[in-house]
Amino acid sequence: MSPETLLHIDALLAGYDRPVGRPLSLTLARGEIVGLWGANGAGKSTLLKALVGEASIHAGSFMLAPARRVAYLAQRQTRPLEVPLTGSEMLRFLGVDRSSPPAGLAECLPRRIDTMSGGQYQLLSLWATLAGEADVVLLDEPTNHLDPGHLVLAAEEILQRRAAIGCLVVSHDRDFLNRLGARIVDVDGGSTRG
Amino acid sequence: MDELFLRPFLTGLCLALFLPWLGNLLRLRDEWFATLGLAHLSAAGAMLAQALGISILVGSPLGALCGALAKLAAGARSNAAYGVMMLAGWSATLLVAANGGAGEALGHALIDGQLYFSGPAEALIACLLLVGGVVLLPLLTPRLIAAVLFPANEKVNRLPAWRWHLGFECLVVIAVAIATASIGLMACFALLFVPAWVSFGRAVSWRQGVLLSIVLGLGCYVAAFFTALRFDQPFGPVLVGLLVMACLGLRAGLSRRHG
Repeated sequence: MSPETLLHIDALLAGYDRPVGRPLSLTLARGEIVGLWGANGAGKSTLLKALVGEASIHAGSFMLAPARRVAYLAQRQTRPLEVPLTGSEMLRFLGVDRSSPPAGLAECLPRRIDTMSGGQYQLLSLWATLAGEADVVLLDEPTNHLDPGHLVLAAEEILQRRAAIGCLVVSHDRDFLNRLGARIVDVDGGSTRG
Repeated sequence: MDELFLRPFLTGLCLALFLPWLGNLLRLRDEWFATLGLAHLSAAGAMLAQALGISILVGSPLGALCGALAKLAAGARSNAAYGVMMLAGWSATLLVAANGGAGEALGHALIDGQLYFSGPAEALIACLLLVGGVVLLPLLTPRLIAAVLFPANEKVNRLPAWRWHLGFECLVVIAVAIATASIGLMACFALLFVPAWVSFGRAVSWRQGVLLSIVLGLGCYVAAFFTALRFDQPFGPVLVGLLVMACLGLRAGLSRRHG
């Protein structure tokens, strides 16, 4: 039986006032991780933004499988400068199961999110994005702010959830994409590699 | 307590319980300035209603509602939109006040507060508001927090987000309208703004922050009510003064960043 296709992108050209990058086509199936890789300004993040309605589609189209939920981790996340919200409360309010947080995250959960380091909050947000009910997970530069230790944890989080989701990862970190075993799409050239 | 003051006391008590709680969510959305903008429009609505011979309990929420609808229609979601509302409301309130003797008196009452003259209608609305808040705020809180932290997820999943955003705006409009008509414009703003400001700086969790803000608002309200009565002072300025003093005391020595 072929894996369930969750997202089909057909010659999509995303941008703002003007197109950014070149048209891209790809298919994302459940259990698959696709890595978008390319130079700065190639349009990787803009493509994800177009998928969630935050950038314009200048040409082409995309189709999401019916009744499938999407979770999106933005490159620049919204974190209020001052808010009395603990990591644990954040996960509860987002409807995420807190029973088995990944290693390295458990000790952060009782702390206010505005007192966490950039890496800790990135890891928490990544977990919140992955452990929800989404079928399609879009991650824009999930390794931002992560030191090598946290980077390993982030990869483990994603791989742990791999079977249940289809994951589209934008990253400039080729080693990280390789660690995930991602099928890499070179946004500059349009080539793909498993 | 004299029965004459029991109803005003209960009206204010309901508002002192509800407004600080609501203020936490307004601060989370970075819309704490909303109260001042809506309160000014609410005051302007009350003034216009009085000039037209309509009850201020109708005019006050209508004024605030017009502002909220205009903001929704324009898609504005920032303190700048509320700044414009405040200026428009202030201008309209003072212009109506300047063109009628009774209007001038009411204008002062709306700014200073007229809690001791609030009647059964104000008490009933404040009570219903508190009950509505107790039911709705726990339901709205997770959605509003998710909308702040992961704003794109509502749109991409085509969630009916307008329901909870509009529901929250309606609660704010009603709360500000009834509070402006009873405890006054500045006291309403202070109860929404000050306790939440303190709780965002000091509380270790959201739950504790909500509790801290309610305790602070309630404590200052009770103290202000009896202080104003005992020393024959206007209620609104006494409440605002107590809140500011309590706030400065609690925020003193705070090492966290200020909002």
